[in-house]
Amino acid sequence: MTYTPEIHELIKFVEATRPQRVKQTFPSMPLEERQTLLNSFHPDFLDEGMRPIRVGNAKGNRMPNELADVLEGRPHLPASFDLSQPEIETDVLIIGGGGAGASAALHAQENGARVTLVTKLRFGDANTMMAQGGIQAADRVEDSPTTHYLDVIGGGHFNNIPELVEALVSDAPIVIQWLENLGVMFDKTPDGMMMEEHGGGTSIKRMHSARDYTGAEIMRTLRDEVRNHQNIDVIEFCPAVELVLDDKGQVTGAILMNLETEHYFYAKARAVILATGGSGRLHYQGFPTTNHYGATADGLVIAYRAGAEPLFLDTMQYHPTGAAYPEQILGLLVTEKVRGLGAQPLNIHGEQFVYPLEPRDVESAAFIRECRGRNLGITTPAGHPAVWLDSPLIDIIHGAGTIEAALPAMVRQFKRFNIDITRQPILVYPTLHYQNGGIKIDANCRSNVPGLFIAGEVSGGVHGRNRLMGNSLLDVCVFGRRAGEAAANYINGINLGNPTLNHLDAWNEELDSIGINGAVKSPILLPDYTRHS
Amino acid sequence: MAERSDMIPIYVMGKRYDVPSSLTIMKAMEWAGYTLVRGAGCRGGFCGACATVYRIKDDPKLYFGLACQTVVKPEMYLGQIPFFPAKRADYDITQLEPTATTLFKIYPEILRCLGCGTCTKACPQELNVKGYMAAAMRGDITTVANMSFDCIMCGLCAARCPAEEPQYNVALLARRLYGRYLSPRSEHLYQRVQEIQAGKYDDEIAELKSMNLEGLKQRYKARQIEA
Repeated sequence: MTYTPEIHELIKFVEATRPQRVKQTFPSMPLEERQTLLNSFHPDFLDEGMRPIRVGNAKGNRMPNELADVLEGRPHLPASFDLSQPEIETDVLIIGGGGAGASAALHAQENGARVTLVTKLRFGDANTMMAQGGIQAADRVEDSPTTHYLDVIGGGHFNNIPELVEALVSDAPIVIQWLENLGVMFDKTPDGMMMEEHGGGTSIKRMHSARDYTGAEIMRTLRDEVRNHQNIDVIEFCPAVELVLDDKGQVTGAILMNLETEHYFYAKARAVILATGGSGRLHYQGFPTTNHYGATADGLVIAYRAGAEPLFLDTMQYHPTGAAYPEQILGLLVTEKVRGLGAQPLNIHGEQFVYPLEPRDVESAAFIRECRGRNLGITTPAGHPAVWLDSPLIDIIHGAGTIEAALPAMVRQFKRFNIDITRQPILVYPTLHYQNGGIKIDANCRSNVPGLFIAGEVSGGVHGRNRLMGNSLLDVCVFGRRAGEAAANYINGINLGNPTLNHLDAWNEELDSIGINGAVKSPILLPDYTRHS
Repeated sequence: MAERSDMIPIYVMGKRYDVPSSLTIMKAMEWAGYTLVRGAGCRGGFCGACATVYRIKDDPKLYFGLACQTVVKPEMYLGQIPFFPAKRADYDITQLEPTATTLFKIYPEILRCLGCGTCTKACPQELNVKGYMAAAMRGDITTVANMSFDCIMCGLCAARCPAEEPQYNVALLARRLYGRYLSPRSEHLYQRVQEIQAGKYDDEIAELKSMNLEGLKQRYKARQIEA
């Protein structure tokens, strides 16, 4: 699995231009040019890949075909499912075992609630665990939350909900302090300065890291802390397949499915926090994904069916640098920290063609233009388009040993296939990474459905139409904490009515009325990768 | 299905399947028809859900790897360890002190370590597990934290340990103690948190929130980019 002789020949062009490139980085793109590039080359703008949804409160909204298919799906169960004997009763039911769910659990219990956290796979099998590069927070003297605000909202093409951006940037340093007090090991200098780098779209170095295991370090710490609390129950391999409402329209829990026994049961709760993450495993437009195995839009499906309002579902994030070679790791993440530390993207001639740290949508569109528009990409042995990412440049800029110290996961990932990223550049191409939109929330994570709180990737509005690197780990902590606290406060004042699944009858009638008969059963829970499917 | 020239036999829990030789173990199992419920998590080498033990025909040696990161080999006999019931102690991190005795007060079994190194052989991350367990016996929290940092908690070390050590949970405790108590304090972080709580940035952010699109764009374009 080392590079083929043909690829070795191409690497010579990269090596030939390297001495010159060390001295000069390609300039960034004027704001006016960004939209033109996106319109021509970003997958969100490819009309064949998108369609309007035909049912629900956002009928007519454009979104990827694959997402519309599952949102228009049929429920697993009939509305007559017996709700008289809940198998679980709790104050706050948290659906999702990633960073947002764990943060929410800790803050809900801290505010006095009994918590049950349910998760489809294992606790921590989540995109949080896979986030490598870092987490943003404006805590350097030279930086400020105001500057962070500008970077976020410009990166989101000025579509973000201002109150959510305010919450994100204002809570950021507080979250870093909270994580550190829980025992997260951030990269620091011996005198205690956080080591901070640029990410795409940042105007100042603000990216905190824990080597390139930043998300894993945060997730395993949060998970351990959750397990130390007796008033939080964690139930694994139990995804939610439906929300339960009462006769007043308030959320009163969820129907769960034991994924191993396929037993369905009612978990009754006074409030629900939806923290189910994203949808990369729907493989929009056939793209490979960086996402974990369970990222199948479950939360969007059940919330939308229960009347929650979605936002910006027509914009997905394609991370510029997914691995394009070797084939075994196609689409897996090559962290943006590689570019943050100085690696440049290059075409087949070893030439730069874009500023390395544009916001992700712009950077990805530039890669696609270089390959598809200008025909200056590299074709991998399996036939995939790719551009170079000149990783050896990092050690030239920062000194030998930097790559091994700062990017051990990346070194290990490629070494398994006999590629040494300290000496050889990497082949990369955009890969499906993040759901920019989701269910609309306010700054306390409330949706329009009473009792339904939303946190993390399944929410919409924080990042506008494009999220910047390092704001997702931040998002799950900031809004997870806020959701936990808000839900714990909410339950004090409510009176639950009779639980019902009547909204499923209405849903089925709507599907019937417009003749959607062959629809899939959703949420789909797991992608089907078997050969015979 | 057309015949392919690159097919090799593998044995999943004893049953033979012919699969393309370029696939990872995980993709080969799916190719063979398995729908994974246990044993697949991030699929990218970070979560430890797909710890796999395998042996090659006629070779007595046991090999270890992650199913999502390991390419199949001919005559591979494999089994997965998707869950291992290692001990995890409950503790209140705020009530601990990072002293030389903390680790083995919470995990007394540390002192039973035989130093055999089976854990190190089993680690798919190629960590020196035996080395950090030796540091744990000395009570050296900082060394345990740094040496174990790339651990993905797959549990293979604990599964193979003749002394029944929960190595990866000991390491997690050491990292949390280091992060909370021993890493150098970031004064700039504490300073900024105080400023935010005192409302220092409220007016500036309120101004940005109320700004029209054109004004906001001008402010965005005028940002100085740090070199």
